[in-house]
Amino acid sequence: MSKSLSSATTNRHYLFDRIFRYTTLLFAFLVFALLAGIIASLIIGSIPAIKEFGIGFVYSAEWNPVTEKFGALVPIVGTLVTSIIALAIGIPVSFGIALFLTEMSPPWLRRPLGTAIELLAGIPSIIYGMWGLFVFAPVFAEYVQPWLKATFGDSQLIGFLFEGAPMGIGILTAGIILAIMVIPFIAAVMRDVFEIVPPLLKESAYGLGATTWEVAWNVVLPYTKIGVVGGIMLGLGRALGETMAVTFVIGNAHKLHTSLFMPGNSIASALANEFTEADGELYTSSLIELGLILFFITFVVLASSKILLSQLKKREGKVT
Amino acid sequence: MKLQFGRTLIAAAVLSMSASASAADMTGAGATFPYPIYAKWAEAYKAKTGVSMNYQSIGSGGGIKQIKAKTVDFGASDKPLKLEELEKDGLTQFPTVMGGVVPIINLDGVKEGQIKLTGAVLADIFMGKVKKWNDPAIANLNKGVALPASDITVVHRSDGSGTTFLFTNYLTKVSSEWKDKVGSDASVAWPVGTGGKGNEGVANFVKQIKGSIGYVEFAYAKQNKMNYTQLQNKEGVFVAPTEDNFKAAAANAEWDKAPGFYEILTDEPGKASWPITGATFILMHKSQANPAQAAQVLKFFDWAYANGDAMALELDYIPMPDSVVKLIQNSWKTNIKSADGKAIY
Repeated sequence: MSKSLSSATTNRHYLFDRIFRYTTLLFAFLVFALLAGIIASLIIGSIPAIKEFGIGFVYSAEWNPVTEKFGALVPIVGTLVTSIIALAIGIPVSFGIALFLTEMSPPWLRRPLGTAIELLAGIPSIIYGMWGLFVFAPVFAEYVQPWLKATFGDSQLIGFLFEGAPMGIGILTAGIILAIMVIPFIAAVMRDVFEIVPPLLKESAYGLGATTWEVAWNVVLPYTKIGVVGGIMLGLGRALGETMAVTFVIGNAHKLHTSLFMPGNSIASALANEFTEADGELYTSSLIELGLILFFITFVVLASSKILLSQLKKREGKVT
Repeated sequence: MKLQFGRTLIAAAVLSMSASASAADMTGAGATFPYPIYAKWAEAYKAKTGVSMNYQSIGSGGGIKQIKAKTVDFGASDKPLKLEELEKDGLTQFPTVMGGVVPIINLDGVKEGQIKLTGAVLADIFMGKVKKWNDPAIANLNKGVALPASDITVVHRSDGSGTTFLFTNYLTKVSSEWKDKVGSDASVAWPVGTGGKGNEGVANFVKQIKGSIGYVEFAYAKQNKMNYTQLQNKEGVFVAPTEDNFKAAAANAEWDKAPGFYEILTDEPGKASWPITGATFILMHKSQANPAQAAQVLKFFDWAYANGDAMALELDYIPMPDSVVKLIQNSWKTNIKSADGKAIY
């Protein structure tokens, strides 16, 4: 006679399984509750500012704590421009790093280089900020900025980007420091996803006479595009929200300039700078609304990257 | 080894419990500027009396919020509250130590303290109206000094700060245009310039940018050996930022005529007065539900006024003159009372 499970044991197992299920469900929903809580408190906190300034808050460049007139345009532009500079520099460099590590590096060099990149990702942002201010900015002002000015300053097309005195700090410096900070993130993710490309695919391409570049561009990249975009988004997320490093080098001026040499401000650094000494309801509430806007920007960026990926997926296999 | 560690933990737990049981510690929160001296006073006071004071430097705005919410025994602010605001929340305030704000410059071929400026010219520089170091407005004040034709780069604080409040308060007093267009607060809409975070941020930018001018706490300028400027005070005398000149400003202020000690020591009369001086303030509730606790706080500051001057000077703060301390002690007697109306001090 085979031993059958008693119904008590089954019930116990069933119950245990249910408890387990609902516990994990609870944890998962905790994230939702947190997210909803943060959004709700940001919205409630910014109600006084929304009531006072309305939609004008987003496009007004004024920021005057004395007269309590606030507008978010300068920090919004600063946040976006520094992040774009960071990605413009960071993506190609990270791509190169990841490609070298997976395709071209001699095997004995892979580990130390890979570890070095992971270590770079772990450096606290304030260290980057201090390094940017004390080491990078003076060198940048002494050698790089005058060269940029001499080379591109007279150009009709982009000359306006390089006007003003070379001070070593400003939007461009902040963007470059951010680039250095996001490179390890993007490079590490790219390397990981490049490694999972089946050797069969690459070897077939090499067998057909493809160059390393052609393999990278036509085989590796299409195969890993979701991971690559994910890595870039991770980097962008860090660039958008980076606070301390940017505060050190961006110049913290609530002024709009076309020149990248001039000081600007970002949302995160405006918050870090002004929150402690902000008195008065409207001032605090305007700062909270800035936080809400940053939240919104991050959300839009993430959402559009998802849409982009689904569009790419739809076109898969079609002749372009 | 493990056992020993466990014992240490238990011992530490017992110790901390007994410490918190012996006397309720004083708690305070607020301004960052006086934090080093409050911490030093607290350390010395604890060594002497065993009573500890826990001060969190969360910023003046935070300090004001915390004392209004009664989560701390005292709040601290670099910016005095106006009498109406004090009355509204049942608060009283008194100054503890002073500091001065000093314009610092980075200009080749100029000796320390050689450049003289008037308040009006300083305001014009920070307005962006005086753009070059050899502008006639500066040159006329500095005959015989070889001023370069370089651009002036203005550096200001990016974070809200009592230093900015004092500096802009001075500029509103000496320039009506500054008063109308910019005004005075812990942070303002700067017409020109670059913002550095904290005194160290401003000092660093000024060190790095040739032809720049900024402003920092006196202690900061002194410790970093920054090149400072002289300023013309209300009597028309050019003075250097020294301890004696800060004290002169405090001594010449009419504290007894300032209700609630609302006295900002900028542009004070007196031949020796440095024009940008200011005190930092303590905020307490007038009516105390726990008089013993409030008495402890007052005892602490009483001790600090009597014994803390040397420590303050060591950290480049300026102690309050004795005449002002007397006024403060009198104000404690009349203002800070227990719930049934008895004076605590």
